[in-house]
Amino acid sequence: MILIQILNALQFSMTLFLLAVGLTIIFGLMKIVNLAHGSLYMVGAYIGLSIFNYTESFWLALIFAPVLTALIGAILYSLLFKHIQNADPMKQVLLTFGLIYIGLDSVRLLWGTMSHSISAPNLLSNSLLVLNEPYPSYRLFVILVGFVVMFTLYFVLEKTKIGAKVRASVDDPETAQLLQINTDKILFYTFALGCGLAGLAGITVAPILGVEPGMDMEVLVLTLIVVVLGGPGSLKGAIIGSLLIGFVDSFGKVYIPQLAQIIIYAVMALTLLFKPDGLYKR
Amino acid sequence: MNKECITYYKYNALGAIMYIKKIILKISFISLILFNSVSISNSADTIKVGTLLPYSGVYTVLGEEITNAMILAFDEVGNSISGKNIEVIKGDTEVKPNIALQKARKLISSNKVDILVGPVSSSVALAVRNLVVQSKTPLIIPNAGANVLTGEKCSKFITRISFSNHQINAPMGTWLAKSGIKSAFLLAPDYAAGKEMMKAFKTNFEEAGGEILGEEYTPFRKTKDFGPYLARVKNSGADAVYVFYAGGEAINFIKQAKSFGLGEVMKLTGAGWTTSPLFIPAQKEAAIGFIGSLNYVPSINTEENKAFIKAYKDKFGRAPSEFAVQGYDSGKVIIKAIESLSGNIKDKDKLAEAISSVSIIGPRGPLTIDPRTNNVIQNIYIFEVVNGDQGPELKVLDTIEAVKSPGEGCNL
Repeated sequence: MILIQILNALQFSMTLFLLAVGLTIIFGLMKIVNLAHGSLYMVGAYIGLSIFNYTESFWLALIFAPVLTALIGAILYSLLFKHIQNADPMKQVLLTFGLIYIGLDSVRLLWGTMSHSISAPNLLSNSLLVLNEPYPSYRLFVILVGFVVMFTLYFVLEKTKIGAKVRASVDDPETAQLLQINTDKILFYTFALGCGLAGLAGITVAPILGVEPGMDMEVLVLTLIVVVLGGPGSLKGAIIGSLLIGFVDSFGKVYIPQLAQIIIYAVMALTLLFKPDGLYKR
Repeated sequence: MNKECITYYKYNALGAIMYIKKIILKISFISLILFNSVSISNSADTIKVGTLLPYSGVYTVLGEEITNAMILAFDEVGNSISGKNIEVIKGDTEVKPNIALQKARKLISSNKVDILVGPVSSSVALAVRNLVVQSKTPLIIPNAGANVLTGEKCSKFITRISFSNHQINAPMGTWLAKSGIKSAFLLAPDYAAGKEMMKAFKTNFEEAGGEILGEEYTPFRKTKDFGPYLARVKNSGADAVYVFYAGGEAINFIKQAKSFGLGEVMKLTGAGWTTSPLFIPAQKEAAIGFIGSLNYVPSINTEENKAFIKAYKDKFGRAPSEFAVQGYDSGKVIIKAIESLSGNIKDKDKLAEAISSVSIIGPRGPLTIDPRTNNVIQNIYIFEVVNGDQGPELKVLDTIEAVKSPGEGCNL
């Protein structure tokens, strides 16, 4: 049973990670907290739903939902985010907050208010035995996707030239510009990538949690907690933060169900008490 | 309208003329409706039925189903009872008690409705309860299941034709224990209705010799991933898990229980809404094997039910759910009560008495109102989800006839 709970916690952590990493990188680069990040997660799930209903292929949905969400992210960046980068924080918050409502109503208008569901592909619809305990293979797949993204991002950011440029733009945009690094271009692509990862989170959890309006707000708060806990702008922080929240939430629900609703907030409060800037301050 | 205009103009002048004609038609049609409704609301020969139902928010579908089916019942009598026209005035509760109270006030004092139908949610019902009773406006409850509404908080002006939470779940406790299930694990959302249902089941299950091995209440409307709970339920070693979920939670629970292979080690059972015909299209084969209890299943083999399903499908293009049945029966009860008074509904005490002495045979079977509590007495159907010709369907295993709700604390 402990093993199953560990896998549950890992799966939840990986979903949180996909969401938090986009949000934290965007924050690191632009100093903007994109409150509409959850909306992109929801839109990703809905786009996936439509692709799935139309083509009956989960794999096509898995590939194209994140791509299209990234495209929406790119459009949002060019139309809106680019222009409020240096605006005062209150304006940024209001804009991204407004986007939440636009996102929610667009989804209701296009897809209706009912809950929808996507079936996991046949290949992943059974259970696998993990140390003699059956566990849904689709959830193992979600864990795998999370780890693949995690290691790829880590490798790209730490070991490649592009990664070095991104890190430079995060740490010191002025100096980076002086060194002929096109920070605008980097911003554009990382913003779109972050949004695409939110879309990926949306489509990967759709077969487990379903697709419905309101799923955006459910994850937004959790994602913000992960980012704040881990230290805004830090990749390592996003990793550790999602693991911490994922495990605390999953284990809390089982072993101290009376506190299920407040335990993650308690952990956040405690952490910030000792580390006000998050676990990994940049 | 703009789009139409453009397409019409694009093609030819004839199109433009047709468009203008269409507009004139529309205007005359609208004025017809306007004048009609003015004349209707001025005349004393109208019966005004106000609804207090959710037309926005999480329970929108339920509000729509209930209203649709009630209007269907009115249509069947040509929209008139004893020579009086029926006018339905909708009030959207948004599933918020404070909003519902405002809407109820408006319907009672400005619209001067004769009868109210609603609500879906028990918290809303409790919020409007005193207003309804004080203003002596008969309220017909087409869904909200809190036991107290026909218990401590009962009133001669409140008649529930849907169910009480106890009524649906208690018979299942006895039935499951007698059918060989010796132990059960309870799982439900952490709010009043979830707890009432589990309590009713538990009491009867234990009385019949069953044992509860554990119970867990999940954060209401905040639980999407049941993984952590499922692992625990699976390890409990119980013969069955007994649950109550609705909406997105029901869909997620059933699908996730299947993916964790819960059905392979124990029976999945629960209050029947968990696999309502509204949710089965999303749950698909994961719902197969679930045993539930409910006051209506589409497969009831009676003329009344077949006729209702056909009429509903013809009018609204989809199969009705148990919520639609409750709306339809609300309409039927109103018609029968007013007919018994020959349309004379000025005396509100008499109207309330007429409503509670109605008995009808609806799509779900014979219905009478318990004179002691004003809660409906009805059949409860124990069903299993089986593979049918058109996907999963509910097959009746047993019918428990004329089930009453205890209605503790009420003596009308």
